[in-house]
This record gives sequence, C-alpha cells and structure tokens, in this order.
Amino acid sequence: MKLDVQQVLNWLEKTNEKIQMNKEYLTSLDRAIGDGDHGINMSRGFQEAIDKTTTTTYISVSDVLKDVAMTLISKVGGASGPLYGTAFLKMSMVVKNRELIDKKTLENALESALEGILQRGKAQLNDKTLVDVWTPVVDLLKAKEVIKGSELEEVAKNAMESTKERMAKKGRAAYLKERSIGHLDPGSVSSYYLFASLAEVLSEEE
Amino acid sequence: MPNVGIVLISHSLKVVEGIQEIIQQAVLNVPIEIAGGTDDNKIGTSVQKIINAIVKAYSEKGVLLFYDLGSAKMNAELAIELYGYENVKVVNAPLLEGAYVAAVESSIGKSLEEIEQTTQTITKDS
Repeated sequence: MKLDVQQVLNWLEKTNEKIQMNKEYLTSLDRAIGDGDHGINMSRGFQEAIDKTTTTTYISVSDVLKDVAMTLISKVGGASGPLYGTAFLKMSMVVKNRELIDKKTLENALESALEGILQRGKAQLNDKTLVDVWTPVVDLLKAKEVIKGSELEEVAKNAMESTKERMAKKGRAAYLKERSIGHLDPGSVSSYYLFASLAEVLSEEE
Repeated sequence: MPNVGIVLISHSLKVVEGIQEIIQQAVLNVPIEIAGGTDDNKIGTSVQKIINAIVKAYSEKGVLLFYDLGSAKMNAELAIELYGYENVKVVNAPLLEGAYVAAVESSIGKSLEEIEQTTQTITKDS
C-alpha cells in the first residue's frame, strides 16, 4: 500500500463526511456521560480543516497533516482539539519529507500519534477513551505485514464497541464512575470514523 | 524587578474574570491575565487565548498557569510546547485557591520555583 497526497485528502474528507453525518449522534453520546460538545466540536474542527485543505495545494502529505493539526488545535475548544491535534501533529512529523506513506510509515505515524495522545491526555488503555481504539489499531498494523481495509475497519469497530461496558477513568465521564458503564465513549466513536475512513481508502487500493 | 506572572485558564470567561477580580482586590503588583472560554467565548478553552495571556503576563521571572478541568490543562501544555516558552509552567493546584496564594507569594518577590512548591500543598484551609 502507498498513500499519496490525494489519498490522504480523501481519507480526511471521508472522515469529515462521517462526522458531519453523525454530529447529533456524537453529541447525544457525549451528553450522556460528558459535556455534550463532542459532535459540535468535531464537526466544526473537521469542517474547518477540510475548508483549509481543499483550498490549499499540497506537495507533501506532511503539510496536509500539519494543517489539519493546527486547525484542530486552534478551532476546537474541548478535549478533542488538543488530543486529535497532537495526533495529527505527530503523524505529520513522522511522514516529513515523504511524498508517499507506505505501510511501515503509516504504522510509525499512527504509533507516534498514539504516544502523543497518551502523553497529552495521560490516559491508559481501558480508561474508556480514544486510546482504547487507537491501541488495537496500532497493534494490528505492527502485527501484519500487509494491512487490509476490512481488517482495519473490523478491529476499530470492535474496539469502539468494547468501550460501552467499561467504566470511565479519564475525562469528564470519569466523574460519573460506574454510571458511565453502558455508554459508548464518544471519542472512541469519532476515532472509529477516522479509521473506518482510512480503511475505505485502503480498500479502494486493493 | 518584575514579579512572577499568573495566568488563569477556565472553560468559562466569567469564572476567570471573577477570580481575577478577587485576586486583584488583594494583590496589585502582579500581572494576572486570563484565558477563559473559546475564541468565540463559548464554553471551552483556546490555545490562542492562553498564548496571548502568557505573552501579557511574561517577564524574565516567569509565568505560572492555573486551570480548571482536563482539556484546559491539555491546551495549556500545548500552548507552552508550541511556542517553546522558558520559565512557564502549568500548576496542578485548585484554580482559585492556588492562584490566590501564588499571587500573594509573587507580590512579595518569591521566585517561580518557590511559588510552585507552595502551591503543591494548597488545601481549602491553607
């Protein structure tokens, strides 16, 4: 597999479409166990990012990812801004000076993004945060020589659904303790949209 | 000789305006800057507002940042990293009580390290 600038833009546009389509759903998930701003923040942040990337000419994938990072950091007021912003910033640093992202580079980029998320948010695996989706996705990439879109989608989806039965230990939902059980983690759902979109781009290539 | 600056970061502009008012009733010779709400003054925090506040409060004695909830801390750390400030630190202490004690200590000329140490032990009764 190889991702060029156009495919990375495609990945982001697909992610944005899913977020816009599910804005109310994300908000309702966050209202149940958080502060109810995840749908609004993600839809605004990604729309602004897409507005930026669709009006800019890129020659490197790194610049695309960096623009997304800076837009999310500056436009999103909730926790998703610094977390996703840090993730995209780390990815852009790993793919710097490359025209294409091959499988190994994607693996390194996502691993570095996960490290950034962990460092920024101080969450651990199974705290019912987006880390619970990013970790198995990175593990999958590390375990496989070749990555298939369908596998990626399945792993991300199962990971997202597994957050439902967990008790939140980090983020606003952690204040609810056992009452957070039985609800999906909104950040894990939006991370699923990101990886489901990446899976679609990978599948188109297969 | 300037004093250590204080930046108050909250999800709400009203919260930090109120705290700033409380502190400035007692302490007049310390820069107390605020970064409350998002860029359009909704509930949330803004990296840009935090950077602006740091710039205003800054001197060679440094700046201490106080915050309210989780994502405010993340944005405070991001602001420091993105602009590579020296002598600027995020303090893990209650926003109101922490900033109040820090402002008083700053007003009598204490250093960033000394103030930071005092704020580690702050409780409601201290």
